[in-house]
Amino acid sequence: MAEQLYNAIFVGSIYALFAVGFALVFSVLDILNLAHPVVFMLGAFVALFCMSTVGLPAALAVVAAFLATGLFGIFLDRVAFAPLRRRGAPPLSAMISSLGFAIVVIRLMELRYGPDLVSYPAGSLPQAVVQIGDARLDGLRLLIIGLAILLMGALTYVVRATQLGRDIRALAENPRAARLLGVDVDRAIAATFFISSGLGGVAGALLGFAYNAIYPQMGTPYELKAFTVMVVGGMGSLPGAVLGAYILGIGEIAALVFLPAEFAELRDALAFGLLFLVLVIRPRGLLGHRSVERA
Amino acid sequence: MDAIAEFFRVYQTTIGVIGINALLALSVWVTLYAGQLTLGNAAFMAIGAYGSALLGMRLGVPFPLGLAVGALLSAVLALPLGFAVFRLRGVYLAIATIGFALGLNGIPPITELWQIYLSLAVVAYVLWRVQGSTAGRAWAAIREDEIAAASQGIAIRRYKLAAFVAGAAIAAWAGGLSAHLNFSIEPGDFGFTRAVQILVFAVVGGTPSVAGPIVGATLLTALPEILRPLKEYRDIFAGLILMLVIIYLPRGLVTLAELRKTRQLQEIGAADVA
Repeated sequence: MAEQLYNAIFVGSIYALFAVGFALVFSVLDILNLAHPVVFMLGAFVALFCMSTVGLPAALAVVAAFLATGLFGIFLDRVAFAPLRRRGAPPLSAMISSLGFAIVVIRLMELRYGPDLVSYPAGSLPQAVVQIGDARLDGLRLLIIGLAILLMGALTYVVRATQLGRDIRALAENPRAARLLGVDVDRAIAATFFISSGLGGVAGALLGFAYNAIYPQMGTPYELKAFTVMVVGGMGSLPGAVLGAYILGIGEIAALVFLPAEFAELRDALAFGLLFLVLVIRPRGLLGHRSVERA
Repeated sequence: MDAIAEFFRVYQTTIGVIGINALLALSVWVTLYAGQLTLGNAAFMAIGAYGSALLGMRLGVPFPLGLAVGALLSAVLALPLGFAVFRLRGVYLAIATIGFALGLNGIPPITELWQIYLSLAVVAYVLWRVQGSTAGRAWAAIREDEIAAASQGIAIRRYKLAAFVAGAAIAAWAGGLSAHLNFSIEPGDFGFTRAVQILVFAVVGGTPSVAGPIVGATLLTALPEILRPLKEYRDIFAGLILMLVIIYLPRGLVTLAELRKTRQLQEIGAADVA
């Protein structure tokens, strides 16, 4: 039981890291970034490259994944979103542009690495087992949970208490007013994408470590989950997305534990049903505060 | 003449899929035109697909009747959901995520091309007529400014609900046709990816007119076939084309004609007048 709860928190942490970046871009720029699963996948592959080709230890590979995917996020914005902003295009066109971008990058990665599972070099991942009472817990996952919580704490600090965070929030409120108030809007947008994609990349690397199996399409299943979690948490609310992510994680593991094997296909339905119930009771989402005009 | 017959024989499936995708794109266009984003049409498509296939296979219901029942069922289900939607925007998402766990094999492939294209012609014609009617103008008003529309006495809820229900019925009809074009239905056919795909058809084609979704669905469905000679680089080019089209024509392919006209007017210095 304790092990299942532990797994639920682990899965929830990965969802949260993924969803918080997804929600950040949405809350600041109103963009549904369908290329977010791509930075997730790239994070895992950057870590692989660092560990197998460069020979870095796992901890440094995670840092490298954060920086590389963060920079990639800025590149993504310049290529897929900035041209649309200049044209004053409707928000849906940004979603489509990011979808095209995602198709290109995933296919390029498949050409390079093949569509199949790739593992990290043997012995490169820290291994430990933590014994708490009767429960044997995988130590690597404990590290991952801790790091995820730390990163989300750091994000909260940056958004709430720094000048950059104030700039980003001003931009989210009203880009034109922010510019008039002297906010360097381009810098704030670049920072938003750096943070969002960096966190997504770290999530990918950490998930890759935990399962020791990565592949170019690995981010795809997380897209719908992040989207769901964001709506349930309250569109654009970062703490809401995190809360929603843990609820989804717990719901999925609960479905795994309590549903008999012959209903295995209904597991996703149960987890999503739980979130749907949240929406019925609380239409604006868990921590959403204004009426939402989208989705 | 033989060349044309040969073309139809070789590309029969693609031509059929193009028609079905055009119908799906129109189903989402109705709601987009009324200013609502919906990801639920893949689920309504599934209702039509399973409904008509099961009616035909288990009860021997004739195909057109099965299609009609599927569309009706979908519309009836859309009604309470549509009501909830006004209170609860996340419902769109929720219906997009409803999992259809069961696959279905051995569906008789009895959909004929003329049935698909007759359906498309009828739906496109009706929507085109509706667009020019009071309802069409109400939808446009709601899309541009809901509060202003309400203050003009437009029954917002009724018109939004009508758009939602009409979209659901069209999607279900397309789903029924699609199920009988292939031998089987896979549960994964109606997920998030499909919902996004339908939306992409409509938006890339352009939402100002009924022609937009049809153009978008046609070109994007045919694109993989056209790019087939590129082999493993096909998807890369398809993705790049998708990006370029939406960046240069963010309001859709059908605005290309308008763009030309504006340019010509600009050249003679009359753009402001037009």
